[in-house]
Amino acid sequence: MIQMLDRLPSWATWMIYAAAGVGLLAIVELFTGTEGLTSATTSSAMLRWTVPIMLAGLGGLYSERAGVVNIGLEGMLVLGMWFGAWGTIELGPWPGLAVGVAGGALGALAHALATVTFGVDHIISGVAILIAAPGITRFLSLKIFADMPTGSITQSPAVDGVGKFTMPVLAGGGFLGWESPDLLGWLRDLRWWYVSDLADMARGLIANVSQMTILAFALVPISAWVLWRTRFGLRLRICGEHPWAGESQGVNIKSYKYTGVVLSGALAGFGGAFIASPELNGIYLEGSTLNRGFIGLAALIIGNWRPGGVMAGALLFGYPSALGKRDLDGSATHSLLVVTVIALVLVAIWAWRRRSQVDSGLATFVAVMACIWFAITDTVPDWWVDIQPFIIVLLVMVFFSQRLRMPAADGIPYRKGET
Amino acid sequence: MTDMSTRSEGLFGQDTPARRIMLSLAAPVGAVVLSIIASGLILVVAGSNPLSAYADMLGHARRLETVVSMINRATPLYISGVAAAIGFKMNLFNIGVEGQYRMAAIFAAYVGGSVTVPGVFHMGLILITAMIVGGAWAGIAGLLHTQRGVNEVISTIMLNGVALGIIAALVRKWQAPGEIVVVGVGTEPIADSGIIPNLSFIPEWFGDIRSTELTGVLVVAIIVGISYHVLLNRTVFGYDLRAGGINPLAARAGGVQPKRMVMIAMLLSGGVGGLVGIAEIMDKGRYDPNFVGFLGFNGIAVALLGRNHPAGIAVGALLWAFLDASSDILQVTGTAPKETVDIMRGVILLTAVIGYEIVRRVRIREEATAAAARLAEVAR
Repeated sequence: MIQMLDRLPSWATWMIYAAAGVGLLAIVELFTGTEGLTSATTSSAMLRWTVPIMLAGLGGLYSERAGVVNIGLEGMLVLGMWFGAWGTIELGPWPGLAVGVAGGALGALAHALATVTFGVDHIISGVAILIAAPGITRFLSLKIFADMPTGSITQSPAVDGVGKFTMPVLAGGGFLGWESPDLLGWLRDLRWWYVSDLADMARGLIANVSQMTILAFALVPISAWVLWRTRFGLRLRICGEHPWAGESQGVNIKSYKYTGVVLSGALAGFGGAFIASPELNGIYLEGSTLNRGFIGLAALIIGNWRPGGVMAGALLFGYPSALGKRDLDGSATHSLLVVTVIALVLVAIWAWRRRSQVDSGLATFVAVMACIWFAITDTVPDWWVDIQPFIIVLLVMVFFSQRLRMPAADGIPYRKGET
Repeated sequence: MTDMSTRSEGLFGQDTPARRIMLSLAAPVGAVVLSIIASGLILVVAGSNPLSAYADMLGHARRLETVVSMINRATPLYISGVAAAIGFKMNLFNIGVEGQYRMAAIFAAYVGGSVTVPGVFHMGLILITAMIVGGAWAGIAGLLHTQRGVNEVISTIMLNGVALGIIAALVRKWQAPGEIVVVGVGTEPIADSGIIPNLSFIPEWFGDIRSTELTGVLVVAIIVGISYHVLLNRTVFGYDLRAGGINPLAARAGGVQPKRMVMIAMLLSGGVGGLVGIAEIMDKGRYDPNFVGFLGFNGIAVALLGRNHPAGIAVGALLWAFLDASSDILQVTGTAPKETVDIMRGVILLTAVIGYEIVRRVRIREEATAAAARLAEVAR
């Protein structure tokens, strides 16, 4: 069975995992009597919550694969959000996105200048960007948004969005005036357990989706291809693994590091522009990046510095957020506790088979605690939704940090000829 | 490379003390000058007159009341800077002071508000609660580091997120009864016995101030600074800490237990970090939802500017406080947008860290040349 899975192409494996995940959710839904875990509204909201986290994570991927730690991603999201909103108001959605991307890249350029050219510690430079970015956007807002109608020093006027897309045949809509069938909608209406859940959830992912979202998700396979299948990617990765070896092969390490860091800011800028788009805020609003830059960094880590992993990590955080925002009484999030317990039990079994009793005991303990919590309450408090991503990362780090492998020279200041 | 240079600093006498001080000052002074020029350019582009804005800032800072308010603002920043510096000395990046001080502040305010004991004990109880909570919160990151090998940058960033969520819940849970949805909801007010008295009698020697009080937490900050200095330079622990930060392998060979040091450094850093919010609690008499944020990140900035030196951090904190005070006066006079100050901060920080790095390299190069010259002399 496992061997059969190994032989499949990776996209098929992903599909199987996703279907199994939905199956788990459908079972939980059945037993806890909650609704909405597998609805189209939840899955489409999940996409909106995932995209900025994923883009920040992908940004971190390019930077850290080139050996530069970027904890300034949050600041670059802020810059991207401001420039994205401003560009969209002045020039329209797509050029606005480009302006947002440029804004994020500009922040990253400062980071690259400090870390690559001057060899400043990466964390220090990142903190400087974190502090500087909100100041810069505030100054710019005062100069530009404050003079616009409905704008102020903390927010911009409304921002337009890009077009939407619906997959013909599968999810309805039309194509050149032709009324397409809606296969998944039809399956959903059959009301068969699991099949209809799966169809509804899948339909949420492909019906009425922002073109920006599609572009963002397209960047995952593109990044995988660029980083692992091109000469550019190989050279970028050598900067993060062993820059001195690359240097001996005549690779211009500094220029690759610059490229990696600037790309990272550009992707974070995209993420920021997405936050400002009607998909989430519809305006630039001060303080509304909501730590997504840090969560993106977390997705990068639990995704083991790989594009697919980043996407999975971002979805792992996007899903509970999407669910939590629509789940006013906290009952759906409450039933997610069951999913957590199941995951922890699996971890415990896995650890036991690997003969690490401590891990296994720890996982069982946390699982039992979560079980008790689930049993004695009917809802979870609203703040749990906000801290859940961070808790998940901490748990993943506790159990798997030994199995994650970051680029070997990640975070080490590089000077030509000095090891 | 670094290890060599620190060790050989005393060996080659070329470096006179005056020259060393000049070199250390070059970076921060250069950073300030650069940021003045850069912000000036931005102001010109934005249509303001930089000269009159700077004149306003300096004129304002000369007033006694401004000096007092600058010291008030510098106090928590200084404590936060020392908290970050303790970690830095051990090569630990405690990004989590942000979460630690907020957790500490809300618990300390809650404990302070729910008991009434005679003066000194009440104040002591609040301070100790803050230190314990801050230390415990940082201790989680310490445990993850020592037991599970989790990088403290990641764990403290995540713990910051968790802390903010928990605090949002606690504020609602612990709010004083009767204050449901009104502005200024917060924990139960602390009785007068728990409030550290202000030090306004000191500025009153210099003139008449009525609108501003000098915070009594300044005493706490001074004690923190002195203890940090003594701990670092006069104790075995401080020696081990610095040794562990400069060269972990050598320190280990010398009998320093790295895990133990990491744990203690995290606990100390968090304990001091817990005190960051005390000034605000004493000022407001409670924890309220508008509790000042970003002190943790700015503390890191201040520690960087001050090169983790007890006096340097104080200078950094005062500079940051001066910029804070300047943003107030710019808003009043309207000569320039007050957000200019935020830009100045960013520019100062980035140029200062770059400057320090350049100075470090210049020193290393000079030492290497000096050493080579000496070797050549001996060989001859």
